[in-house]
Amino acid sequence: MATQNVMTHGVDMAALARDNEVTQNDEHDTCLQVKSLDLYYGDKRALKDISFDIPRGRVTAFIGPSGCGKSTLLRCFNRMNDLVANVRIEGDILLDGLDINSREVNVVELRRRVGMVFQKPNPFPKSIFENVAYGLRIQGVKNRSVIEDAVEKALKQSALWEEVKDRLHDNALGLSGGQQQRLVIARAVAIEPEVLLLDEPASALDPISTLKIEELIFELKERYTIVIVTHNMQQAARVSDYTAFMYMGELVEFDHTKKLFTNPRKKQTEDYITGRYG
Amino acid sequence: MSDFQFGQHISQQFNAELDALRNRVLNMGGLVEQQVINAVKSLAQGDSALAEAVIENDHKVNAIEVSIDEQCTQILARRQPTASDLRLILAVIKTISDLERMGDQAEKIARIGLRLVDRERPNNDYFEIHSLGELVQMMLRDSLDAFARMDAEAALEVATKDEKIDLEYEGIMRQHVTYMMEDPRMIKRSLEVIWAIRALERVGDHAKNICEYIIYLVKGKDVRHTTLAQMKEAALSDR
Repeated sequence: MATQNVMTHGVDMAALARDNEVTQNDEHDTCLQVKSLDLYYGDKRALKDISFDIPRGRVTAFIGPSGCGKSTLLRCFNRMNDLVANVRIEGDILLDGLDINSREVNVVELRRRVGMVFQKPNPFPKSIFENVAYGLRIQGVKNRSVIEDAVEKALKQSALWEEVKDRLHDNALGLSGGQQQRLVIARAVAIEPEVLLLDEPASALDPISTLKIEELIFELKERYTIVIVTHNMQQAARVSDYTAFMYMGELVEFDHTKKLFTNPRKKQTEDYITGRYG
Repeated sequence: MSDFQFGQHISQQFNAELDALRNRVLNMGGLVEQQVINAVKSLAQGDSALAEAVIENDHKVNAIEVSIDEQCTQILARRQPTASDLRLILAVIKTISDLERMGDQAEKIARIGLRLVDRERPNNDYFEIHSLGELVQMMLRDSLDAFARMDAEAALEVATKDEKIDLEYEGIMRQHVTYMMEDPRMIKRSLEVIWAIRALERVGDHAKNICEYIIYLVKGKDVRHTTLAQMKEAALSDR
């Protein structure tokens, strides 16, 4: 009944005052540090002097119109841009203080630490089990029970276990789009990365599958630092702790999501999130 | 009991946010209820320490209102609630505004109590304030109860009690007008009593408003500024 458990009136005024602050003063250590980053595709300067810190164990979202550079920036974090011809990067990106663009860095090891999931689910044409086990096998893990445990754990973390546990050896391509995307996330988390990069992970999915992916992101952030690129700013508002708004290769504003979506500092941000852009 | 469900979202976090919001409104309601009880008690018993405490506590009510408003702003901005979720947020924003005003009325009664402490007490020990206070407090409690259970029928029943409070209020008014005409030395005290019962009557009006928000929340029908008959029709209708 309403009024029975309501009679405790010890009101913690200090806690209320903290609630009333729009941005809480929660400090996290930095996972990824971006310092004066410029990126050129040939002569075109696609990222312009970007500097900010991505906090560990939180979800950071990049929003902005098409072509603003958000995917390009995301792909810098595991050096996917190495695969693109004619790309030149200036400035630094530090992962736990390590300069990831330095010559000594082993790119394969970097990509183990920084996993990535793309817009379209891309399971391998293998069984569900083998998809998740893939990264471990590449790493040379042979012990069957170790692999089985890791696959089960990854599928549970990805909220897919209950749906597939009885058909682990069926072909992964038989799963629905939403299930495939969660499978790909399971494949990424099976090798226990530190950072998970998600490039439009739900844009090819229906609304319910999208919400499931978002719920998964919320659960995963306890273990991983998550960086997500999304066209859907409502999605950024729902899932992220921090949001970066990018426009024409520049980082316009980076702040707590609760601040950026209620009271942004820059007019450009305000115009974009209220649909006045363009 | 209504069939209203807020805990069925895919997002567990959203469930938790709405649940926390509801609980905080009930908590605020509980605090306001206690403020009203204490204010009436302090006046009727001439307890100035209790009156001071009521006045002191009003800023807590205000701070909770601000805090819940902020929480609603965050939910609107980040969750884009729709349908019953949206109505819940709107109902909460309106409810806490009424609760805050009830808190102000309680403070007002406590201040009147302080002014009356040094005056000669009437033979009936302000019985009329005490009894109207009980009616109003019961109405407030029942409206919070209907809110907790998201029960439109219960809300309707509570709302109808406002008429009784209005009648009581008018009766006490008339009584004091008579006193003042009989003995002009009583005018000052009687005016204070009238201010106090007026404040209580206002608390009843705010409780009725909350009942209207509950009917809006559960049935999706806005029954503000309608007759009791129209309100009844809405509260008992299918959605």
